[in-house]
Amino acid sequence: MIVSRRALIGTLATAPLLAACDRLGEAEPVRRVLFSAEDAHRFLQRSLTDRAALAREFPAAEMSPVFRTNGTSNPNTPEYQALAANRFADWRLTVDGLVARPIRLSLAELRTMPTRSQITRHDCVEGWSAIGQWHGVPLRLLLDRAGLRSQARYVVFHCADRYGARPYYESLDLVDAFHPQTILAWGMNGGLLDIGHGAPLRLRAEKHLGYKHAKYVMRVEAVDSLARVHGGKGGLWEDLAGYEWYAGI
Amino acid sequence: MSEPHVTIHRHKLATRLWHWTNAVAVIVMLMSGLMIFNAHPRLYWGQYGANLDPAWMEIASDARGGYVKLGSTRIGTDGVLGRWTAADGSVRTNAFPSWATLPSDYNLALARRWHLAFSLLLGFALLAFLVASLLNRHIQKDLRIRRRDLAPARLWHDVAEHLKLRFHDPDDPAAFNILQKLSYVGVIFVAIPLMIFTGLAMSPGMDAAWPWLIDLFGGRQSARSVHFLATAALVGFIVVHLLLVLLSGPINGIRGMITGRLRVPQ
Repeated sequence: MIVSRRALIGTLATAPLLAACDRLGEAEPVRRVLFSAEDAHRFLQRSLTDRAALAREFPAAEMSPVFRTNGTSNPNTPEYQALAANRFADWRLTVDGLVARPIRLSLAELRTMPTRSQITRHDCVEGWSAIGQWHGVPLRLLLDRAGLRSQARYVVFHCADRYGARPYYESLDLVDAFHPQTILAWGMNGGLLDIGHGAPLRLRAEKHLGYKHAKYVMRVEAVDSLARVHGGKGGLWEDLAGYEWYAGI
Repeated sequence: MSEPHVTIHRHKLATRLWHWTNAVAVIVMLMSGLMIFNAHPRLYWGQYGANLDPAWMEIASDARGGYVKLGSTRIGTDGVLGRWTAADGSVRTNAFPSWATLPSDYNLALARRWHLAFSLLLGFALLAFLVASLLNRHIQKDLRIRRRDLAPARLWHDVAEHLKLRFHDPDDPAAFNILQKLSYVGVIFVAIPLMIFTGLAMSPGMDAAWPWLIDLFGGRQSARSVHFLATAALVGFIVVHLLLVLLSGPINGIRGMITGRLRVPQ
């Protein structure tokens, strides 16, 4: 009898406990502690492991039969539609911000630069993974050509797709921006990038979750701080929903 | 209550601190983990796996209601998994219902914040407990499983004693019985480390740094599946653990885990 009463009390006690946990997750001091774990994870990964370690590259036999699209599958703005209609012949990538020599490059010019091809696993924050092949120019080559100024700390990727009125954007710090597998990909699985996967150019940051891999990249901007860029958290999903800026977790 | 009892010092300070830290950490990890699962309620084996690849397990809903699909077998779970009614009366089609998840309403970003924060607590608390328990000889003295403990007759005897709700060895009432030892050793040295390493194997940063994590489990999606199965094993442990605490005298048991002192038959 005592046992069943206790069990009953225990069951009833969980409902307010749940409500309490929900409220905790909304309280500012608790959120600060929870959100600080991102910095702890980044610190542990960066200090205990090799920052230059390469993400696993797979043999062609291990590629996903179908690499699903995610997020925006077509940025339906008039500007983007005009570029796509002309097969991106009029599209230019801008590299500017805290650089010595801002540059503008066409898709054809990017494709004449040294190309890195890599078959890597794409991990969505939701939990699924897909393996695909990417072809693109290492970001470090573009940053070296533009000449990063010494104040530059982050590289911001401004994109053509929009969520409501907000433009998609993402950012990397210089450790990951200069990582050998960090490329601006113009090709996928042996062909040109299609619109669903981010044509004409997308970021591949292979040590990060999928939302880091910005599609429809229009402009690469070097900045000293992320605080003044859009919502200040370094990316659209970071601003909008509270996802980790350090997406290597 | 007529039989004589004696109060012994059962649980060391490190054990008690870890037990309660772990109780909080595991519950937060479990509930936030179920919310993370809700973001993609399908499990795969191998290196990759997404919506168009075959899943060995899926929680979803169709016209007949919520279901769990294991391979090609559909198990109706309407009202609990896959389709259920929320507290506000609305019908939802997330895999796990709001009473089981943290936060209770769909929020992958915040669930990850809870999960990744408490993962540090879970991992480092286990490490501290293991070091302390080697130093205070809890592992060597109380948890060590001897060959004779595993004799079938002895195991069977212990199962029979459990069924009669007799949990203490009359010859050595202060010691853990063999079923306790096996389950504690299983949780401390197998289940929780498995949770930690399969969790690390899902991190793209850790996979680059420690590629053996991917090989150990045969791929990130296999690691995700093992993470889920090890969770199920831990939930099984928690249910049996709580049941046995209730059956063996909950006040004595809980007080024992707080003060360290336990009343046992003499």
